[in-house]
Amino acid sequence: MDIFIQQLINGVTLGSVYAIVALGYTMVYGIIQLINFAHGEVVMIGAMVAYSVIVALAGAGAPLPPLAIVLAGALVAIPVCMAVGFTLERVAYRPLRRAPRLAPLITAIGLSIILQHLAMIVWSRNPLPYPQIVKSVSYHLTGNPNGATITNVQIAILAVSVAMMAGLMALVYKTRLGIAMRATAQNQAVAGLMGIDVNKVIALTFVIAGGLGSVAGVMVGTYYGIAHYQMGFLLGLKAFSAAVLGGIGNLAGAMLGGMLLGIIEALGAGYVGDLTNLCHFADWSEALAQRCAVDPNVVLFGSNYQDVFAFIVLILVLVFRPSGLLGERVADRA
Amino acid sequence: MRAILDTKGNPKLAWAGLALVGIALLVLPFALAAMGTAWVRITNLAILFVFLALGLNIVVGFAGLLDLGYIAFYAVGAYVYALLASPHFNIHLPFWVILPIGAAVACMFGVLLGAPTLKLRGDYLAIVTLGFGEIIRIFLNNLSQPVNITNGPQGVTLIDPFRIGPFSFRDTEAFLGLAFSGPIKYYYFLLVVLLAIIVINLRLQDSRIGRAWEAIREDEVAARAMGINTRNMKLLAFAMGASFGGIAGGMFSAIQGFISPESFILLESIMVLAMVVLGGMGNVWGVIVGALLLSFAPEVLRYTVEPVQQALFGRMLVEPEVIRMLLFGFALVLMMLFRPAGLLPSATRKRELEVRR
Repeated sequence: MDIFIQQLINGVTLGSVYAIVALGYTMVYGIIQLINFAHGEVVMIGAMVAYSVIVALAGAGAPLPPLAIVLAGALVAIPVCMAVGFTLERVAYRPLRRAPRLAPLITAIGLSIILQHLAMIVWSRNPLPYPQIVKSVSYHLTGNPNGATITNVQIAILAVSVAMMAGLMALVYKTRLGIAMRATAQNQAVAGLMGIDVNKVIALTFVIAGGLGSVAGVMVGTYYGIAHYQMGFLLGLKAFSAAVLGGIGNLAGAMLGGMLLGIIEALGAGYVGDLTNLCHFADWSEALAQRCAVDPNVVLFGSNYQDVFAFIVLILVLVFRPSGLLGERVADRA
Repeated sequence: MRAILDTKGNPKLAWAGLALVGIALLVLPFALAAMGTAWVRITNLAILFVFLALGLNIVVGFAGLLDLGYIAFYAVGAYVYALLASPHFNIHLPFWVILPIGAAVACMFGVLLGAPTLKLRGDYLAIVTLGFGEIIRIFLNNLSQPVNITNGPQGVTLIDPFRIGPFSFRDTEAFLGLAFSGPIKYYYFLLVVLLAIIVINLRLQDSRIGRAWEAIREDEVAARAMGINTRNMKLLAFAMGASFGGIAGGMFSAIQGFISPESFILLESIMVLAMVVLGGMGNVWGVIVGALLLSFAPEVLRYTVEPVQQALFGRMLVEPEVIRMLLFGFALVLMMLFRPAGLLPSATRKRELEVRR
């Protein structure tokens, strides 16, 4: 039971990061029906910029509490990523807004490669160790002294994520900008006729997505303790899967999808090895029994298949419910 | 190019031109070998990339289905060859048996991937194929436990070269006073296959199937209304593209003699896509040009970037490999922005990509 709770907590933590990144995908998709392939790279840049700031501040021995240093990292990363998001839209997506769907998708892939390799030139080819300046403190959740724990970093990630999601919801459903965004998402031409500056709204959507992504990048960096110029790719892919799982274009769906995917991944990684341990079937075959006598773990699929779960979820969702859990029916606009 | 191929309009010039190109291609490996055998190897790999680009062109260029996991089929073909012709399982089948098997297995994977994704729109398809490519790579990396199938990240070594009886493609042989080294023999083999594949592609494009793909690409609903079985046609595109990839993979295995999952990462898929986009989606000659350009680019860069940087800054700031990747990225972006139909655009594709700007 303790293992289950532990994996659940890890999953929710991971899931909240996925949810924040998925929000970036889903907002952009909702408004201009474009998969912003380079969003994962924006997250990576956020992590990298924050890394530099944190290393610089911690290295200079600034008399600041650790939390303030991480916060400073995030505060620098946010505008940088917003600028990156803005530039992406302005340079690569806006000129292609009326082009066939294949065109912006291909530029997005190109941008993603460019951003990755620029980051590699600026930072490094090697994984960068994120400074662990925040002392990790574990709190026990059950009476068992060796049982499930939650760390202060995990609590912080959850709290920040929930706050950001709430803020975004308020922005989209309570402010004038939010109304303009939703109007643009429904029908750009009519929104334009109602006096909405469509270009500005779309640019702002990218900026907001970039800001969310940068915070997610800082959270991933602090949580895993590592930053790498290729970290955005897999993270972005998983977050996209989460957005599709929840119903792409739907904000609540992205959050739900992110959480679910995080939990599926953590539980999957935690249990798949045990579930596919062939030694459960040792009495079926003599040869197997002999092998199990030597090594009781003849595992068909171990936790090294963790990264496969997101894709399997993605494919299953697309086959059986392409609109996602909360999404409306997707119109077939080929 | 057009004048050379126009055998009806100006037959004399056309045949003379074709003969010149043919002779140049036959002499090329010896000219390259004079510069170093490495250049022959590089040329062979470039031809393999032409195969891949032509295969992907069927899926992306002809049928308009964006496939970002194409390298997975290459990987499948390569692993089929490696497992059936190496000491790993101690199976040594001849290559003319394995290449068709590799093509068939890759084809099966193509259908396997195509079937659930047929209903999806273009951009979803891109993501699913991307995920599929990663799944294949993760499996290749991990299928060494509990039964060792792929030998994990270490890859498969000592893969047999092509061999016909006692005639092996790895040995050097003297013939007519010329030294035919292994890579040169492969070059001629690849050249013949390349010729066949080009003919297949050209014929395919103008066939009933090719026109059906074009119709699907331009408007799927209208294509269905015209009586085209869109599901089967799309599956066929996936299957054919995949089998081309599988064959190329098998040849890659034999030529390299060693493969590992490292050779089949996402960037390779994107590189092949960049070749197709740069050359001109849907145009066979354009795709060939694109593939050759981007295959030789890293070699050219290797010989220019380093000295230039040494001269300017006194040290290496950016490795050629990184510049190559940046070049791919910029090629994709700039091509889409300024010349979306590619360097040598196909006529219909050009109309389609440029009309709505």
